[in-house]
Amino acid sequence: MATAKLTFTDVALTVNVPAGTRIIEISEKIGSGITYGCREGECGTCITRIVEGQENLSEPSALELRVLKDNLAGHNDRLACQCQVLGGTVKVRPG
Amino acid sequence: MPAAPAIPAPDRARPAPRGPEQIADRVTWIGALDPDLRNFDVILKTANGTTYNSYVVRGSQGVAVIDTVKQEFTAEFLAKLETVARYDEITTLVLNHLEPDHTGAVPELLRRAPHAHIHVSPRGLQVLRALLKDDFDSYRITTVQTGDTVSLGDRTLRFLTTPYVHWPDTQCTYLEEQNLLFTCDLLGCHYCDARLYNDKVGDFRFSFEYYFDHIMRPFKRYVTEALDLIEPLRIDMIAPGHGPVLRAHPREYITHYRRLITKRLASETGAEKTLLIFYVSAYGATAQMAEAITEGAAESDDVRVSLFDLQGGDVTPFIDLIEEADGLAFGTPTINGDAVRTVWDLLSSLVDIDTKGKLGASFGSYGWTGEAVGMVEARMQGLKMRVPEKGLRIKMHPTAEELEQCRDFGRRLAAHLAGRPAEREIDMSALLGR
Ligand code: FES
Ligand SMILES: [Fe+2]
Ligand SMILES: [Fe+2]
Repeated sequence: MATAKLTFTDVALTVNVPAGTRIIEISEKIGSGITYGCREGECGTCITRIVEGQENLSEPSALELRVLKDNLAGHNDRLACQCQVLGGTVKVRPG
Repeated sequence: MPAAPAIPAPDRARPAPRGPEQIADRVTWIGALDPDLRNFDVILKTANGTTYNSYVVRGSQGVAVIDTVKQEFTAEFLAKLETVARYDEITTLVLNHLEPDHTGAVPELLRRAPHAHIHVSPRGLQVLRALLKDDFDSYRITTVQTGDTVSLGDRTLRFLTTPYVHWPDTQCTYLEEQNLLFTCDLLGCHYCDARLYNDKVGDFRFSFEYYFDHIMRPFKRYVTEALDLIEPLRIDMIAPGHGPVLRAHPREYITHYRRLITKRLASETGAEKTLLIFYVSAYGATAQMAEAITEGAAESDDVRVSLFDLQGGDVTPFIDLIEEADGLAFGTPTINGDAVRTVWDLLSSLVDIDTKGKLGASFGSYGWTGEAVGMVEARMQGLKMRVPEKGLRIKMHPTAEELEQCRDFGRRLAAHLAGRPAEREIDMSALLGR
């Protein structure tokens, strides 16, 4: 199975994950400070800064784009409850 | 038929409902007094109610309504509005904050003034969508940010994006020609007095600070950003969404907020990172762990470590300390399958401050099960802290070897704080069951 390396810089930990894993599936288990509200891509609580590997994430849905925009997110920001890691290396930290 | 018995008047003095009040040239207060409210948003007490302040600004080419009131005061609000403007004159509705205490009358107002052009912050949009439901698309809505303006002819409203001075959506609106700032929750207080102005009402200083402590303090970093935007403005009057209109020495209230958000004795720690280690110990084992963790962390000279026995202090001063600390470690034994009460008392009080991004850690000795450590970690995560090191649990009293593990735990916490942690890599399968 294709794997990816997902690094949470705020806790200095890299997790080897199967391609398709969402950040939300990992971040809480390892104590990263990324926090969640609705968990359904609506509230913007989980805005996460992509430090590296933006291109290795799934494309944002129209809803995710709207939530990011409404919350004045930067272009390196994604919703951790939505985006999937597709491969390669991705580094993230709480937004 | 006999007349219905008269309803006895309440026996205590209470402000009479009051009519609109012109607070400045072309600016009229059309809010509502709520003298009977005792609990606000569940968490907040108020000894004499609150006010929901709404304002009308009349320009040569338009009329703006700034915020509204809680829903149950809609009729009263509309009656006041009707004395100063016709619905078809209202060109602009500014919503500085979408919480129901300020937007309760919005749906009814829009039904009567459907052409009013709504101005909200970008983050306000999602709440507005929920508030207006199916009607959302039928109104004219523009999102505004710092620097955007709307013209009422000879009057101009300028917006300042000041998020999280309560909710993510909050903003302030500045009436340029009159140096008047509408702040909604910011610089407000829950204090109800029909005399309306800060130089006329009773002594509301306690209410002003209490409100700051409970509403603004958790968002200190955002209050700082808001003040940075507001301070350069010329300000002749502050018109908040709750409590007195600040027309006498308004600048003093801004200065006071600045004082309330400033770190105390900041030079005491300088560039060092601070780690506070709190513990409760039943038989001395968790205390031994705490001391060893302290020793380990204190080996780093860029981290200042402090150790506190929770049983020797009160919650309030500890909260003040925690607010300014970079890292926190909590030691608790597991008693009856839970962390001890003293620890929970402190942890539950941390909602009053901003803990986002602080480093958290947990440890403790146990006899049988040891789940307290994980419970404390979960709470810290709920407080938006990062918890990079898995909690350290030791059965009964620590051995010499285990004490060394504690020192090492302390060293690792210090390394995280100092920004030089050892990078680690694991497989996802290692997280199963977590
Ligand atoms: S948790 Fe609400 S958008 Fe992700
Ligand atoms: Fe509010
Ligand atoms: Fe409010």
